[in-house]
Amino acid sequence: MTALSPARSPEASTVPPVDDRPPAARRRQGRRKGNSARQSRAAWILSLPFMLLFVIFTAGPVISSLYMSFTDIKSRDLRSPFAVSFVGLENYANVFADERFRKAAFNTAYFVVVGVPLTLGIALAAALALNTGITKFRTVFRVGYYTPVVTSIVAVAVVWRFLLREDVGLVNTILRWFGVNGPDWLGSTTWAMPSLIAMASWRNFGTAMIIFLAGLQSVPVMLHEAAAIDGANSWQRFRHITVPLLRPTILFVMVTTIVGYLQFFEEPFVMTLGGPLDSTISMSMFTYGQFSFGNYGFASATSYVLFVIIVCLSAVQFRFLRSNT
Amino acid sequence: MLNTKKSATSQWLLYTVVTLGFVAVITPFVWMILGSFKGQGELLRVPPTWWPEAPTLENYRTLFGKGMFPRSFANSTFVAVVVTAANVTFCSMVGYALAKLKFRGKNLVFALVMATLMVPGMVTLVPLFVLVANLGMVDTYPGLILPFLVTPFGVFLMRQFIIDLPDDLLDAGRIDGAGELRIFRQIILPLCGPGVATLGILTFLSSWNSFLWPLVVAQTQDYYTLPVALALFSTGQHETDYGLLLAGATVVVLPIVIVFLILQRRFIEGIATTGIK
Repeated sequence: MTALSPARSPEASTVPPVDDRPPAARRRQGRRKGNSARQSRAAWILSLPFMLLFVIFTAGPVISSLYMSFTDIKSRDLRSPFAVSFVGLENYANVFADERFRKAAFNTAYFVVVGVPLTLGIALAAALALNTGITKFRTVFRVGYYTPVVTSIVAVAVVWRFLLREDVGLVNTILRWFGVNGPDWLGSTTWAMPSLIAMASWRNFGTAMIIFLAGLQSVPVMLHEAAAIDGANSWQRFRHITVPLLRPTILFVMVTTIVGYLQFFEEPFVMTLGGPLDSTISMSMFTYGQFSFGNYGFASATSYVLFVIIVCLSAVQFRFLRSNT
Repeated sequence: MLNTKKSATSQWLLYTVVTLGFVAVITPFVWMILGSFKGQGELLRVPPTWWPEAPTLENYRTLFGKGMFPRSFANSTFVAVVVTAANVTFCSMVGYALAKLKFRGKNLVFALVMATLMVPGMVTLVPLFVLVANLGMVDTYPGLILPFLVTPFGVFLMRQFIIDLPDDLLDAGRIDGAGELRIFRQIILPLCGPGVATLGILTFLSSWNSFLWPLVVAQTQDYYTLPVALALFSTGQHETDYGLLLAGATVVVLPIVIVFLILQRRFIEGIATTGIK
């Protein structure tokens, strides 16, 4: 309430003149009208900086990217982006005909299809463990599990590249204790992608875990107790109480994780440069590559393919979410 | 709680698994920090050493002696501070308008924000670069900063936060004759602490760690941010300079981890609320 006191200062006492206004009814009406105009003006003043920056740097580019994907714009047109020819769907036809793009699309699907369940599985297991069984050092575990999330992917990718080295890497050193000779993880077309997925899961499961933990806290203990009295074991309670109540949370986390993983870029950029033999090139890396070559129109088309996939997936999942709650 | 029947053995097992997981999660960081104090010879020894046998500051000396890293560190800090301040200010302003004010075009503004919540950075990359190049801002601070001054996510977060504040407070302010801007400044903002803290933390983090745009727009060492400097270091001539790279990674990671450990409660609550809403 102290925040209100300055409002009573002289500056704000422009209100009294209201007294010499015409009859009460008209006055009320007038004030309401004036009030809404004032609100409208204030709202636009408050929104102006955001709207300007947003239109110039986000909304505008989203639309011009779509436009560019229908033109043959190249880096040499940088200074005259409007003096380019319209080529219709040619870029899109080229995108889908491109062997390397298909490889990138396959790799991206691989990363998502394996990486998302793995990440969410670890996250859910960690959240359940911390929510039920663990009482001592709970905060320590929670903070520890979350730490990788705050770190730069570039930095941890640099570290993991060293950890995964064939000869001196920590991973293979540990495997050797158990008599296993690990492969050259990042140098192998078979193992490079699983290595990136493992790193991504390690780095990202913390976010999902925290959201799951918050969701689990909203599951009423009473329900569990009632079910336990009825003789349900812990698996049955998990399956029939926790999972249904957690479904909106799970779906939310799933959508955001999928959307994030569809765009993976830093991991291959630092760890493999998309290799060996394009086995880890992602759609984002492919787009970045085309951009670097100066094929702006083509790069825009590839980025829009990714965008459309993201939009469709989130739409489908949100519909599913709505119909289930 | 409920599982009082849980046997001592299963409790032991649970703690063992959770502790092993903890070790697995933390080890890369410990390895990184310890490794940054080792010489190249020791780093390439088989089997690897755990504790540095001959601890040396050589890696850090080289790193900071090169001139590039201190500058990148300053760039990252400067960009993150400006971006965070701008996001907190502008997003809470719009957040208030969307949460509490009636105005023409409100639904349009909100729809735009929601529609662009999930736009991948790749989609805007090309036109943004064309725009920034034509404004003559490639390889400049405005080029690094301007595209990130506001985010739809920030607006969404602040709107969700402010919408839960009681309307009575606003009405009280209006009855006292305060204008909407004044109400925002003197009633809403002081109550926005937790929302602003969450947005501030998340924005600083994403700016500090952001990679794609700085990679594209910074074309000389002078404007590299830390992740760009490290990535180009690690894929360029220093590809196998592991000591140097581990020291570089430590410089990128450690400040943010320390901040996280200090503010961990706020961080984690912030993440949890973004998930529930």
